[in-house]
Amino acid sequence: MSALVRLTATETKLFFREPMAVFFALAFPPVLLVILGSIPSMRQADPALGGARGIDLYAPILIAMAITMFAISGLPQQFTTYREKGALRRMRTTPVKPVVLLGAQLLMATILSAATTAVVLAVGRLAFDVRLPQQPLGYLVGYALAALAMFAIGLLVAALAPTGKSAGAIGTVLFFPILFFAGLWVPREAMGAVLRRISDLTPLGAGVQALRDAALGHWPQPLHLAVMLGWTIVAGGLAGRYFRWE
Amino acid sequence: MAIIQVDNLVKRYGDHTAVDGVGFTVDEGEIFGILGPNGAGKTTTVECVEGLRTPDDGVIRVCGLDPRRDEADLRQVLGAQLQESELPDKLRVDEALELYSSFYRAPVDWRELADTLNLTDKLGTRFKQLSGGQKQRLSIALALVGDPRVAVLDELTTGLDPQARRDVWDLIERVRARGVTILLVTHFMEEAERLCDRLAVIDAGRLVAIDTPAGLVAKVDDRQRIRFRPSGPLDHAVLTALPEVTAVERAGSQLVVTGTGNLLLAITTVLAREHVIAADLRVEQTTLDDAFVALTGRPIEP
Repeated sequence: MSALVRLTATETKLFFREPMAVFFALAFPPVLLVILGSIPSMRQADPALGGARGIDLYAPILIAMAITMFAISGLPQQFTTYREKGALRRMRTTPVKPVVLLGAQLLMATILSAATTAVVLAVGRLAFDVRLPQQPLGYLVGYALAALAMFAIGLLVAALAPTGKSAGAIGTVLFFPILFFAGLWVPREAMGAVLRRISDLTPLGAGVQALRDAALGHWPQPLHLAVMLGWTIVAGGLAGRYFRWE
Repeated sequence: MAIIQVDNLVKRYGDHTAVDGVGFTVDEGEIFGILGPNGAGKTTTVECVEGLRTPDDGVIRVCGLDPRRDEADLRQVLGAQLQESELPDKLRVDEALELYSSFYRAPVDWRELADTLNLTDKLGTRFKQLSGGQKQRLSIALALVGDPRVAVLDELTTGLDPQARRDVWDLIERVRARGVTILLVTHFMEEAERLCDRLAVIDAGRLVAIDTPAGLVAKVDDRQRIRFRPSGPLDHAVLTALPEVTAVERAGSQLVVTGTGNLLLAITTVLAREHVIAADLRVEQTTLDDAFVALTGRPIEP
């Protein structure tokens, strides 16, 4: 079996041996959707939100959160801990290439966060009558770009943080502003013009809007796709530049 | 034929020259030791051989490959066991072996390797739960799983208890029997003496001597000391008259005779002639420790 597949399988097994990580990354977003959906006002059309229901807006926000859990909390901490303990250095003495190591992490995070996304969409549809994306291809593109941008930022944190602990701290510090601008506390529809303009330029502000547009049947706006692509290129490029084995 | 060749290796860290002109060759099938105190430049030397560091000067060839230029090819033929490298806590032994074997073009059967290294009953155990000796055995197994021609083992018994250390030594001999050339870094005299066909002694970044363990000892000194308790009075003169004897001293009820050559035969012959029986007879020979002190001017461990 190829090194990439074997590494991805092994990393996934290791991930499932950390019950807390599994809960927060996989179960927390759908659980939060159920909690929010059980608040009656969330299920009513709200003129302040342009006539949408709160729960409709929160589906993409929770999907953005699912991506963030992997990209900012899981991945950098995992990687820096490996580096700290010499596990990366150990692998450097084998024929495996760094790109395969990173690839395995990305593959695992993509597969698992896509699974969470599917669960959020399914729960939303079945329990709260949230319509499935009307523009599936646009939704998929928006999702992929949001995930790529966030993973690139996570890898940059992994490359720069000296220890596993500091990677955790940096992740936590990034977690809140990124999800704030994604609309976790104040949905973008309720933000003022300035705040929404800033949000447009953040990876998940752009990501959530792209998902929202595609959910309503529109193709995501070029601005948002470009913002996510930009974050991917800049953060990913820097992560590659600063990658260290030890 | 030399499978590892190191010529005039120089490695600097800032102003500090960690390795200063070290050179040696290792023949195929040898266990070659690099012996020296902590901070002597042993690890830096082997890390250059492993391609983990770029030398400032000198030439290195491993199986004819330049470790920096031909890194991808080197990784297929060189297995390395590093100081202080751990695996993820919750990774199981079998998973680690299976994972690492997937990195190589032509790996060995990892189950058989686990068997050779006495790890078969630990295959389902997580890394964190392994003892120090088991971790080292796994580390050796991972260094060998790609079926390398050369294995570099760095301080592999540091931190192990004496029994675990002896077990690991037995394994190294078994590994050599598989046809793997071994470059062994150590600061344990006993380990060097027991395992190595030849040794390079390194001190303060320089090569001090290179020889077989016995050769190093002989080069320094072939003096021996024999202690015994004579069963009756014995005139020292009959001993000092022997050409092999350089000195005779009394230490309590014991005599300590220092000399060279076939000292033991000379002394026992005289004693038999004088009808004196030697009780508690002990022969003390120059050890590698003594040789090391003579070569570097200080003991290996402070």
